[in-house]
Amino acid sequence: MSMINYASREINCKLVYYGPGLGGKTTNLEFVYNKVAPGSRGKLISLATETERTLFFDFLPVDLGTIRGFKTRFHLYTVPGQVYYNASRKLILKGVDGVVFVADSQVERMEANIESMQNLYDNMAQHGYNLTNIPFIIQYNKRDLPNAAPIGDLQSALNPGWEVGDPARQKLTPDPYHEGEYLVVQQDGQWFERATYFEAVAMNGEGVFDTLRAVSKLVLKTLGS
Amino acid sequence: MSGASSWSFREEDSDRIHGILAGFLRESNANTGMIVDRTGQMVAVVGEAPEFDPVAFASLTAADFSANDQLARMIGEAEFGSLFHQGEKESMYLADIARRVILVVLFDNRTTLGLVKLRVRAAVGELNKVFADMFDRKGSGQSGFEAEYLGEAEDEIDKLFG
Repeated sequence: MSMINYASREINCKLVYYGPGLGGKTTNLEFVYNKVAPGSRGKLISLATETERTLFFDFLPVDLGTIRGFKTRFHLYTVPGQVYYNASRKLILKGVDGVVFVADSQVERMEANIESMQNLYDNMAQHGYNLTNIPFIIQYNKRDLPNAAPIGDLQSALNPGWEVGDPARQKLTPDPYHEGEYLVVQQDGQWFERATYFEAVAMNGEGVFDTLRAVSKLVLKTLGS
Repeated sequence: MSGASSWSFREEDSDRIHGILAGFLRESNANTGMIVDRTGQMVAVVGEAPEFDPVAFASLTAADFSANDQLARMIGEAEFGSLFHQGEKESMYLADIARRVILVVLFDNRTTLGLVKLRVRAAVGELNKVFADMFDRKGSGQSGFEAEYLGEAEDEIDKLFG
């Protein structure tokens, strides 16, 4: 629920990083915090346990500056990934404008990824939101690890695509970030769309800003629609 | 419904809210009145300017209120319409407005919880009306948001996250 405040001339958009526990959501935010100039971001707030596991959320506001007279700001949130924190996880999704799903590429974490993705769809639905209609990016993190699953396997399991009902969107659409791949394709007479994905190693920042840039642009486009 | 709906906030809305809160602060002797939306965004600040980071404060307020909302349901209440956090010198009173935003009142020893609660009732009633009017205003002002804005915003994203 982006809010356009015409009185103070501000636009605030809410981005949520979702995914299984220990997948790298907080690491994404920490990298952004450390790399963005201090004048362009606020404090990083972490409601975490003593062992630095996210308990409620991490929060980082990033200022895009004043554009055409509107101070534009993105509010970045993470959710607690651990299964038993679902009540808090659901709260954070309230009013979300864009979602980044941070998947853990390790083969051993495939089940946890699938469970978290299902949980994301369920929690969005309970808020009355449809994940296929809002800006949504998948980040495959930890690509540097030797036990990382092949991208094809991760895509099949986590990003198989959803049916496209809107005739205006039923056209072959190339994936702007991966040459030779498509976001919307026709299979057996049906049109399917996949979420854009990025490979990442959040620990050293690889893919972190590619992900953030892509989801931010998608969110801003929704302001114009 | 696809995602959460956007809403916009106009100059005249701001004037009405400032008027209501300024009157309430005068009558209750509280220091600051703030409106925070349930997604964690600061909408308005009236009275003494707080020394803390308002952006962080707003996100924590929304989380606090939402968590307490769920606790209310667990014990069989539809909601907690208000919350009170007592400090040694500074205290906070939070009240729900139109199920979409939260009124936060900061006050200290110069007044009492009783007076704040007494005076806040009328303010909440008036604010409920203002926000109900705002949310009823479908598609208010935000449709077709300037194409020029979007172009420049994309450039800024590339610069900042490049």
